[in-house]
Amino acid sequence: MTTADYDQASLPDLLPLYYRRLFPFSQYHRWLNYGGVTKNYFQNREFSFTLKDDIYVRYQSFSTQNELEKEMQKMNPYKIDIGAVYSHRPNQHNTVKSGSFQALEKELVFDIDMTDYDDVRSCCSGADICPKCWTLMTIAIRILDRALRDDFGFRHCLWVYSGRRGVHCWVCDEAARKLSVAARSAVAEYLSLVKGGDETVRKVVLSDPIHPFITESLTVVENYFSQYALLGQDILGSKEAVDKVLALLPEDILFLCKLLQYFQTEKNPEKRWDTIRSMAQDKRMTAKKGHYFEMEIMLQYCYPRLDVNVSKGVNHLLKSPFSVHPKTGRISVPIDLRELDRFDPFEVPTISLICEELDQPKTEEEQDDNMENENKKEAGERRKMRDYKRTSLAKYVKLFDNFLEEMAHSRKGEVLKNSDLQKDF
Amino acid sequence: MQFYSRRKKLIGNSQTEQLYGHCLQFYGQPPIENISLSEFETFAVDRLKLLKTVENLGVSYVKTSELYTKKLDAEFSNLNFPYKIEADDWKPQTGPSEYEKRRKDHISHFILRLAYCQTEDLRRWFIQQEIDLFRYRFNDLPSKNIGQFLQYNNLHYHTISIDEKKKLMDKLVTSSFAVSGSTVDGKDFYKVPFQDALDLVRTRKVYLNGGYVYIPHQDIVTIVLNDFRTRLSKALALTARSLPAVQSDERLQPLLNHLSHAYVGQDYSIQKSIGKISLEQIDPLSAKSYPLCMRQLHRGLRDSHHLRHGGRMQYGLFLKGIGLTLDQALQFWRSEFVKGKVDADKFDKAYAYSIRHMFGKEGKRTDYTPYSCMKVILSNPPSQGDQHGCPFRHSDPELLKQKLQSYKVSPSGISQILELVKGMHYQLACQKYFELTHSIEDSGFSLNHPNQYFMESQKLLGGPGAGVKVEVKREDNPEVAAEITEDLDSFFQDA
Repeated sequence: MTTADYDQASLPDLLPLYYRRLFPFSQYHRWLNYGGVTKNYFQNREFSFTLKDDIYVRYQSFSTQNELEKEMQKMNPYKIDIGAVYSHRPNQHNTVKSGSFQALEKELVFDIDMTDYDDVRSCCSGADICPKCWTLMTIAIRILDRALRDDFGFRHCLWVYSGRRGVHCWVCDEAARKLSVAARSAVAEYLSLVKGGDETVRKVVLSDPIHPFITESLTVVENYFSQYALLGQDILGSKEAVDKVLALLPEDILFLCKLLQYFQTEKNPEKRWDTIRSMAQDKRMTAKKGHYFEMEIMLQYCYPRLDVNVSKGVNHLLKSPFSVHPKTGRISVPIDLRELDRFDPFEVPTISLICEELDQPKTEEEQDDNMENENKKEAGERRKMRDYKRTSLAKYVKLFDNFLEEMAHSRKGEVLKNSDLQKDF
Repeated sequence: MQFYSRRKKLIGNSQTEQLYGHCLQFYGQPPIENISLSEFETFAVDRLKLLKTVENLGVSYVKTSELYTKKLDAEFSNLNFPYKIEADDWKPQTGPSEYEKRRKDHISHFILRLAYCQTEDLRRWFIQQEIDLFRYRFNDLPSKNIGQFLQYNNLHYHTISIDEKKKLMDKLVTSSFAVSGSTVDGKDFYKVPFQDALDLVRTRKVYLNGGYVYIPHQDIVTIVLNDFRTRLSKALALTARSLPAVQSDERLQPLLNHLSHAYVGQDYSIQKSIGKISLEQIDPLSAKSYPLCMRQLHRGLRDSHHLRHGGRMQYGLFLKGIGLTLDQALQFWRSEFVKGKVDADKFDKAYAYSIRHMFGKEGKRTDYTPYSCMKVILSNPPSQGDQHGCPFRHSDPELLKQKLQSYKVSPSGISQILELVKGMHYQLACQKYFELTHSIEDSGFSLNHPNQYFMESQKLLGGPGAGVKVEVKREDNPEVAAEITEDLDSFFQDA
């Protein structure tokens, strides 16, 4: 089954099926309810839907999982975004005294978009991606996940494929959800090393002392650099590519001449890089100021580029996990960090694929289950059958389940800790 | 421990014992005892004197220098405020005990909150002086007392153990420019939740691990100060809301009003010798006795025969302050504007009104006061095409340098001024400008008002503008005011 089978025009037929039989509502609700610890946390959450013909509706909110299901099955949104938890129910925000309706909490989020790397990838541009440049996402996830865990102490980070050309991260820790705008902005700045737009040539500038965060990030980049940049992207191959790299070196005429001369005879990119590297190390020995240009080059070509504005706002809306991407048909699925290097965005199931899988003949077991449920239905109970288990979506829902289980476990741990402190028995 | 030995000397009950167990306070809890009106008054006035000293010294000296500390120490002991923790150890021979000093510190702070919570300007001033005061006292605390203080005030910043320091040595050194191996060994490091140190996190100036930043002792002051500022700001907003109840008390109202006006000190709004300056004298005066901001405005007016609103306000009020009458002012502005694109009719219709307004002759008849340096520096920054503001604060340093060169300031003088500007000591820079243009070593005053600059200059040069006598405005009950104001007046007249 290939994506060639997905056609945007068939969404109106596929979406109803998806929302009736495949979307993991119970897990979704479990997530956003966060154990019911805070009253009305789910009820005060904003959702926004993009409907057919690009109709966009904001401030949707729901009292229960059931209500959420019914509404989504009624509206069949093309896209779903999740916003903040507000002070009041978002769908009643017009009735609230102006100024009182405030965004209170939201997960800390990050959005990494492949188009932000167009100046350093030669294989694709714009909305296109390929296995070669996908490595950039792998690097981004490794670096950011480590920092969020080790440096900031966050433990519940959900990484999700956006459906087309990037990844999102949802940091769900309680401390993260309670962060102020200033704090989110500070975290995003801490994680930013690549700065500048089209007019900036040298986008990474390092100076003494090199902060441990940079050292750790470089370690990750170094693991991938040879395979990804030197071989895959061939950054020291063609004259054009080499010129781009040379533009990032210090403006030392002697130095550059020597290098260019060397490149005339040495064509092997790995050897070329080794030379640049050793020249940098030499310069560091002799010069007073630190010259870190080989590190700057590696970072400019590989370090994650995040959009600070997405992370800053408490009320910023971001595409929901398990939402469909209308252009590609792919489902926004969680990424398994244990298998990160093997993740292939082109293997992510599309809505057409999983709908087709639904039609496949059932196994005996499932037929028996079906009979039971049919009976219950006749008894007046409407029980939704989770067919996703029979489709390629199953393993992603399982991932999500594990994530939720970990969070629940944490919450229990907190409760025990607090009751111990208060000596409740 | 000092803390325990003190318990024997305290007079108060156990609750106040706890309250004043430390010489430095965050002023979290308001006082709950009864005090006499005269104590209320004395405490408030003494603290105001202290804060005024803090303000003046802050303008004349760098806030962490030895001279600053010495002078402030002297003021502290003169006014009987607690400042040195060693004072604990011995019983003073005369004067109030340590406990009484701390009580005074506590109560006077809360009284001044009442006086200074009402407007944005008053709040800003009060917060600034209290912060400077706090910084001075915090820096004085020996490090073991800092830990105590933090704990006392629920600031969960703990120092890390020697073992932990050894483990993290490399990371600590590579995280911060200011930290070397010996710093790690010698100084205390505090573990602070990253949410409380956002600026350090944002700029990656500190080691971050598990959600905590590891801050060397010298930087913990910034964190604590930020906390202090936030708390005080919130508290003042709350106080402002309950103020009507307090102000309705007739015994307190006159004093509180007086205190909040007194901070402005000389506001140069009422002059006894108006009209001593003639219009022909303005050009030479602008070169000799104007501060740079007014010289710039005057130049701008002469060159383009026009000034925008911000410039008209700043310069117009200054002119009022140096003694121009309303008629003189109208003549001055009209003659200049008419040379430009504005004809006499348009001037009378549009601009004359606003000049009369400045003199309190229109609208709600408020007699506006000339802007102080703080006001010029902090509010209404100039944009393209504006001439107002403080040149030391708002001008590009290159342009400032050129301007000073054109005014024949010596190159060494210019670099001294630019150094001060870099350190954000704008009023000190202007003072230096005063000293250089008047060829004296020490100006002998702390600059905080453009009209003060003018007056001091005229005093030196023996000019007509020197004879301007200045009074503090008074609007309250004259009888009550009379008793209190003697004290305040005598304090403010030595500026």
